[in-house]
Amino acid sequence: MYEQVLDSLLAPAGVGEKELELALGRLVSSQIDFGELYFQRRVSEGWMLEDGAVKSGSFDSDQGVGVRAVAGAGTGFAYADSMALPALLDAAGSARAIARTGGNGMVRVGQPRIAPARYGAHDPVGGGQSSDRVELLRTIDAYVRSLDSRVSQVSVNLASSRESILVAATDGVLAGDVRPLVRLDIRVLMEADGRREQGMSGGGGRWSLASITDPEFWQEHAREAVRIAAVNLTAESAPAGYMTVVLGSGWPGVLLHEAVGHGLEGDFNRKGISAFSDRMGEKVATEECTVVDDGTLENRRGSLSIDDEGTPSACNTLIEKGRLVGYMQDRLNARLMGVEPTGNGRRESFAHLPMPRMTNTYMLPGKHDPGEILASVDDGIYAVGFNGGQVDITSGKFVFAASEAYRVKNGKVGAPIKGATLIGNGPDVLTRVGMVGNDLELDSGVGVCGKEGQGVPVGVGQPTLRIDGLTVGGTG
Amino acid sequence: MSANRMMETDNTALLHDPDRETELLVGIAQRVLDRAKAGGAEQAEVSVGSSLGREASVRLGEIEALEEARDRSVQVTVYVKQCTGSASTGDLRPEAIDETVDRALAIARNTQPDRAAGLAEAGQMATAFPDLDLWHPEDIPLDDLVARALTIEQAGRDADERIANSEGASVTSEANLAVYANSHGFIGRLRGTAYSQSCVLIARDESGMQRDFDFDSQRCWSDLAAPEATGREAARRTARRLGAERIPTGRMPVLYTPEVARGLIGHLVAAVSGGNLYRRSSFLLDAVGERVMPEWASLIERPHLPRAARSAAFDADGVATRETPLVEAGVLSRYVLGSYSARRLGLETTANAGGVHNLELAGATHSFDELLAEMGEGVVITELMGQGVNLVTGDYSRGAAGFQVEGGRLGAPVEEITVAGNLREMLTGLVAAGTDVDPRHNIRTGSLLVGEMTVAGQEG
Repeated sequence: MYEQVLDSLLAPAGVGEKELELALGRLVSSQIDFGELYFQRRVSEGWMLEDGAVKSGSFDSDQGVGVRAVAGAGTGFAYADSMALPALLDAAGSARAIARTGGNGMVRVGQPRIAPARYGAHDPVGGGQSSDRVELLRTIDAYVRSLDSRVSQVSVNLASSRESILVAATDGVLAGDVRPLVRLDIRVLMEADGRREQGMSGGGGRWSLASITDPEFWQEHAREAVRIAAVNLTAESAPAGYMTVVLGSGWPGVLLHEAVGHGLEGDFNRKGISAFSDRMGEKVATEECTVVDDGTLENRRGSLSIDDEGTPSACNTLIEKGRLVGYMQDRLNARLMGVEPTGNGRRESFAHLPMPRMTNTYMLPGKHDPGEILASVDDGIYAVGFNGGQVDITSGKFVFAASEAYRVKNGKVGAPIKGATLIGNGPDVLTRVGMVGNDLELDSGVGVCGKEGQGVPVGVGQPTLRIDGLTVGGTG
Repeated sequence: MSANRMMETDNTALLHDPDRETELLVGIAQRVLDRAKAGGAEQAEVSVGSSLGREASVRLGEIEALEEARDRSVQVTVYVKQCTGSASTGDLRPEAIDETVDRALAIARNTQPDRAAGLAEAGQMATAFPDLDLWHPEDIPLDDLVARALTIEQAGRDADERIANSEGASVTSEANLAVYANSHGFIGRLRGTAYSQSCVLIARDESGMQRDFDFDSQRCWSDLAAPEATGREAARRTARRLGAERIPTGRMPVLYTPEVARGLIGHLVAAVSGGNLYRRSSFLLDAVGERVMPEWASLIERPHLPRAARSAAFDADGVATRETPLVEAGVLSRYVLGSYSARRLGLETTANAGGVHNLELAGATHSFDELLAEMGEGVVITELMGQGVNLVTGDYSRGAAGFQVEGGRLGAPVEEITVAGNLREMLTGLVAAGTDVDPRHNIRTGSLLVGEMTVAGQEG
C-alpha cells in the first residue's frame, strides 16, 4: 500500500524518497524524540434526498501534510496544504521550533511497514458522475413510503469517501494506507392523531459502493426507521429515578465507549486525570465482563490496517474478566508511559495532531439468553436504541440518550417510553452488570467519536446487558 | 527560540496587508464564477477563506504544543436549470479550483430540479458595509503566547491547594479573511481576528477528582481578561465541584446559569429555523404570532454590534442583515430563514442563512442572587451533558451537574443527575432572567429560572 500511495499522492507533488529524507533531516535533532510527516488526501461525496427528490449533492477534496516534532511531552506542529518540497521544509522548520534548536541531520527512510489489510482499496467515490446513486436514493424513498401510510417525510443521505495516507518518521517508521468509507442514513417522520415522531436507521463500513446498493442492506434500514418511528408514536413518558436497566445488543455498546472507553485512553491516564488513572490490575467490572478495542475487524467502520502513526492495528484487551488490563496508546503517550503503542494513534486530518482514540470497542459475549435476562427484571426499562453519549473522564460521569426504550415489569416487556437520558459513573457501572447475554452484536456502522474537536469514525458493540442500577432521566 | 522563524512571508501578508490578500481571494472567486458560467451554470456562488492561527499550550509549567495553522478553502455552488451542485477544496492552485468547479457542475447534472434552488434576489444583496470593528491584527510571537499560558496555569494552580493536577492552559490567536461572491455581481469581503485563552484544572480531595475550566475570547488582544483572572476562575469553578453527590428524584425549580441558558435559547432558535420547519421537524411549527416565551421576555437580533462574536453586514447568501426582533413580549414575530428555506416555506428571507447574528435576550430583571432567592429551593445547573433533545416533539432529558439551592442560597455541589421536561413548556414557563449576561457569545443571555422540571438522581 505504501508504494501505491507514494505514487498516487506524493509523486504528483514532486516528492519521492529523496525529498522525504530532506524534510525529515530538517526535523531531526538531538533534542527531539521523533519527527513525523503525515501526508493525506481525502475525497468525499454526498447525496441527499428529501421531498422525494435528490435536490443536493456535494464533492469535497482536501489534501496536505502535517509535520510534527515531539520532544518529551511537548509537540511542535505545523501543516501545509501543499505537499511540494518548499512547503514541506517550511512546515518542518516551524514544527521543530519545539526543540528550540535548529537541526540538519541525515535521515534515511527505511523499509515500509507491511501490515495485514483490514479492508480492500475500494473507491466508493463516483466523482460526481453518479446517476446510479440518485436512482438508488429515489428507489429507497419509494420503498420507505410504501411501508406505512403514516410516513410524511423521508430523507436519505448517502456519503462515501476515500482517504490515502502516508506516514514517514525520523526513526524509520514508513507506512501507507488507503481507506474507503461509505454510509447510508434513512430518516422517517411519521404523523398520526396529531403526533409527530421520527425514526432513524443507517449503516456502513469500509466497503465498496456495491454493498450499499444491495437491496437486502437498505431495505432492512428502511424497515427499521419506519418501525422505530411507529413505536415512538405510541411512547409514554419515561420514568425518572434510579432503576434496573437492560441494554439491548449492538449499538447500545455506546455505553462501553463512554463509560470506560474514553477513560482508558493513554493520554488521560499518563496525565493522571482519568477516573481510571492508577487503577491498572484493579477490579472495575464484574467477572462476566471482558471488553476489547479491536481495529482489526474486517471492513468495519472503526477498523484500520495501520493507525495514523503507521502502527498496525490490534485487538487490545482493556478489561479482562472484570480486571483492568490495558490502555489505548499512541506513540507519544506510550513512550512516556514506558509501554508499546497499541495502534490507537488517530487524527481527523493532516491539520490535526494524533491522539489515542478508540477503533471498534465491544464486550465479549456472556452465557445468558437475552430472554432470560429480561425475565429476571421486576421493575426497570429495556433500552435498545440510542442517540449517542458523552463522558467527563475526570469525574467518570457519563450519559447516553435512549431513542427507543420500553418499560419492563415482572419480567415482561411493556409499553414503549419516550427517549430519556441515562446517567451513571464510569468506574462503577460495570461493577453492577448483573447478567451478560450470549448475543454479541456490533453496531451497523454509523458511529462518530469526538474528542478535543476531532471527529473519527468508530464502532461499538455488546451483548444484551442487565445493569442493576442506573439513573433514568424521564419525566414520569 | 526565534519565533519569527515560524512566519512565512505568505502568512505575514495576511496580517499586515489584508487588502492585498483579500483581493487575491476576490480573484479566485471571480475565476470560479467565470468558469461556472462558461460551464453552463445560470447562477453560482462561491466562498473563499484564508486564515492564520497560532496556539501555545502548556501543562504543569512545560510547553505541551506549539501549533501553527494556515488554512485556505474554496466552496462553490452552481445552479443549472434549477439543479444544484456543490464542491469544495483546500487546494488553491488554479487547476485544482477549475476541477472543483467542474465537479460541482457534474453534481448539478445529476441532481433533480428544485424550484426553491438558487441565489437570493439581487435586490436583497447588501449594499452597505459598515465597519464592525472586528479586525485587530497583531503579530504575537509564539513566545508571548507561551508566557501568557504559563501565567494563566500558574495562577490557577496557586489559587487553591485542592488543585492537584492540570489539563493545561492554552492561548490562541487567529486572523480570518473571507470573500463571498455570487453571479449577481455581489462581492462581500469579511475579515476578523479572534484571541482566546483557557485553562482546565483538576481538583482532588477524599471524595475524588473534579475537572472544570474557564476561558475568555475577544476580537482584540488587549480586551482579553488578565491571565491571572482566567487561571483563578478556573480554580474556583473546579474546586467548588468537589464532593458533588446525587440528590433524590423529584420535581423542583431549575436555574440555568448563562453557560447552559444559551443552549435553551439555542433550541428555540433551532426550532424556528427554516430547515427544521420545512422538514416538519420542530415543536414550533406555525408558531409565528404564538406565545413561545413569557410576556416579559423578548429576543432581538443585533447583527451590527461592534467587536461582537457574530457581527456581519450580510448573511451567507449575501443578503443585508438588520436589527430585528425574533420574539416580542413573548410572542414569536418571525422565523429564522435563509433564502432557500424561505422559498421552501413561501416566505421572505430574514437574512439568517448561516444562523442568527448576536441574539440578545431583553427582559432580565434579577441579579443571580435574586434569582436564587426567588427560587428558594431547587437546583442550579452549570453543566449539561449528552444529546437528549428532541426538536420534533420538544422532549428534553439531559445529564446535568450543578448545586443545590436551599433557603435561597447556593448549597452543596450536585452531579450524576438528569433534568427533564418539554421545551415548549420550559420556554413559556420561564420565571425570570438574570442580568448576569455573558456578552462573548452569539446568544447573549443571563441565567434563566425555569419553572419546575423533573430531576432524577437517587431513588425518590
